[in-house]
Amino acid sequence: MALDKNQIAQRIAREVKDGYYVNLGIGIPTLVANYVREDIEVEFQSENGVLGMGPFPFEGEEDADIINAGKQTITTLPGASFFDSATSFGMIRGQHVDLTILGAMEVADNGDIANWKIPGKMVKGMGGAMDLVASAENIIVAMMHTNKAGASKLLKKCSLPLTGVGCVKKVVSNLAVLEITPDGFKLLERAPGVSVEDIKKATQGNLIVSGDIPEMIL
Amino acid sequence: MITKKVADVNAALQGVKSGMTMMLGGFGLSGIPENAIARLVALDVNELTCISNNAGVDDFGLGLLLQKHQIKKMVSSYVGENAEFERQMLSGELEVELIPQGTLAERCRAAQGGFPAFYTPAGYGTEVAEGKETREFNGKMHVLEYAFDADYAFVKAWKGDTAGNLIFKGTARNFNPNMCGAARITVAEVEELVPAGTLNPNQIHIPGIFVQRIFQGENYEKRIEQRTVRQKN
Repeated sequence: MALDKNQIAQRIAREVKDGYYVNLGIGIPTLVANYVREDIEVEFQSENGVLGMGPFPFEGEEDADIINAGKQTITTLPGASFFDSATSFGMIRGQHVDLTILGAMEVADNGDIANWKIPGKMVKGMGGAMDLVASAENIIVAMMHTNKAGASKLLKKCSLPLTGVGCVKKVVSNLAVLEITPDGFKLLERAPGVSVEDIKKATQGNLIVSGDIPEMIL
Repeated sequence: MITKKVADVNAALQGVKSGMTMMLGGFGLSGIPENAIARLVALDVNELTCISNNAGVDDFGLGLLLQKHQIKKMVSSYVGENAEFERQMLSGELEVELIPQGTLAERCRAAQGGFPAFYTPAGYGTEVAEGKETREFNGKMHVLEYAFDADYAFVKAWKGDTAGNLIFKGTARNFNPNMCGAARITVAEVEELVPAGTLNPNQIHIPGIFVQRIFQGENYEKRIEQRTVRQKN
């Protein structure tokens, strides 16, 4: 069975290590916070200017002055801090953030990513995505392996305007965990019940399958 | 003591004319200069270039200026949540320059701090870098970006004093401190204006030297864009 969005988030949460500062993008990445092990210490950064983000507030306790990058009301945890936008992107550009998790419309087998614009259709802007992908050392992309029409989103070359070049290190999709290597997408894990053949069919970019591919543990 | 206090929003926006370039603080609707925006609408100035991370929503924030077609050009990083914006952009009525958020913040800070330009890795290899100078540092490619050149910066702070010192609250801080002193005239509106000497100098986020005019704001709506809550159990 292919993973649902929550299960993708659950799998990615296993990549979050003790002591990490983590930036979560909008969409599936936001869900990752729900699955991080409770016995490790992690701080979530939101690029609008908060480190140490907590859960959503209880009803009646929302504060218009405390939001995340998705403009959602949030709370802060002990040790949290607020800062301005230039400082926030200094954390990102200066590689002080250990892990960046974001969504994508397309990823190419050389690590290129497209996630901000569909010419003539969607023109919302890149927000902080270009800064994040250009600077982060450790970028995991959370995405569906194919679009609604069944076409692969893991490509030889992105067809949409790029967000960044050669920057993605790892992809966790509804079908697989893949690492970007100089030779293309290296298949690391399969979603439970999904065959290597299924993943090959859904991947247009170069796919490297070497040895037995284990099922992922959620 | 130098005082920056002006009587009200009308006095604070003296000199604003059509065709000018404005910086406006805020992220989404959080920390936007609500009073200054309302006054810009009332002044009926147009052909404005607005530098702001977002463009408000249809009926609030910069959306109010868009409704009246007062904006000629927007310089932003993310402009979702605003159907009128999208309509004006697709029809060509509105000129739009979309730039990475960190680059936007840094172009403000560069203007504030006297740097004419800087190199950033953001946008290299994308359409954002088209026509721009690029250069390799430490094996990595970077794009040359320029400091903004703006007539006015409109910022919103939580507390301020008559000397122009500012303290921000929560994530309403965002671009506001970076825009202070980044334009020829910085106008700060605050929820609470106190006499100089009242605020603890150790806790000032922005020193008054970066602010030319400060006024006591009123009737803050502080609209929430995405009200998200959890249930008590």
